[in-house]
Amino acid sequence: MSQTTTATGVSPESPSLPVVPLGELLPWALLGGLLLMLALYFVGAEQGATAMFSGTGIHEFVHDGRHLLGFPCH
Amino acid sequence: MIGQLLWRGMLAGLIAGLLAFAMASTFGEPPLTRAIGFEASQADGHHHGEAHSHGATGEGHHHGDGAGISRATQSSWGLLTGVGVYSTALGGLFALVFALANGRLGRLSPRALSVLLAAGGFLALVAVPWVKYPPNPPGIGTAATIDLRTEVYFLLLAVSLSAMMLSVRLARPLRARLGPWNGVLAAGALYGLIAAFAWGLFPTVATIPAHFPAEVLWQFRLSSLGIQVIIWAVLGLVFGALVERARRRRQLTGRASATA
Ligand SMILES: [Zn+2]
Repeated sequence: MSQTTTATGVSPESPSLPVVPLGELLPWALLGGLLLMLALYFVGAEQGATAMFSGTGIHEFVHDGRHLLGFPCH
Repeated sequence: MIGQLLWRGMLAGLIAGLLAFAMASTFGEPPLTRAIGFEASQADGHHHGEAHSHGATGEGHHHGDGAGISRATQSSWGLLTGVGVYSTALGGLFALVFALANGRLGRLSPRALSVLLAAGGFLALVAVPWVKYPPNPPGIGTAATIDLRTEVYFLLLAVSLSAMMLSVRLARPLRARLGPWNGVLAAGALYGLIAAFAWGLFPTVATIPAHFPAEVLWQFRLSSLGIQVIIWAVLGLVFGALVERARRRRQLTGRASATA
């Protein structure tokens, strides 16, 4: 574990991209992660087994994508 | 820097989603349409779920009640929206995971890391769940089992993803102990073992009607797999390329080490 060169030409001391500190990542992961998961939820599950909005409009609109993306639909 | 990674992830996801939509539209819609035809032919007189009351006329109106969204809309704008939003959001989450993994999983260039993460994500979130709960077209499930099917599906996703993260986390100490090759093999074996247990322990939900055309099911599942292969492959390749290009242009600089 002490090599200084690699096939990709990147040494451990200088990763080709700076490491993102966890403290910087956390707020993004919480807020962004939540919003992005919410988007996945609306495509994959809303108005199926669970519903945040009444009706079937969202379910029906994304219906074909839901089936083809592998989510349980109906 | 995270913001810059995030929007690049979502851009890569959007590009992947557009290509996946072309795949879905070309190869996914034909079997899906035939499945709806089968479903409609079976619908007369029985199995009307709450959210999916299929009119006796079936034809052209997959989901009869309420919203009144036509098949034409479902198979075009609806499909584009569903696949596009899914893929774009996945790209954003991918960028967040990339930001966490970067520099913490050993020496990897952004492109190599991106491709590796995409391979791991595809394995954990698509391939392994696929074996137990493969995608189904309309006409397969019943309204009575949708709650159960949704629960076990998302639970399996969670188990598989956790097992993958555990294996990746343990890869480094295992490499130090067993050597680079055997260490990675051991970490992979751990994931495979957990996956095998999950396949065995999770309940099988069998809902395929006796006379559902096998060829339609096969084509549907194959096209569904193709869609996911496109999404993850394009996401992994495009995101890595975008990040490396930006890095060469000195656009991605961290607060911590702007001189790296
Ligand atoms: Zn459906």
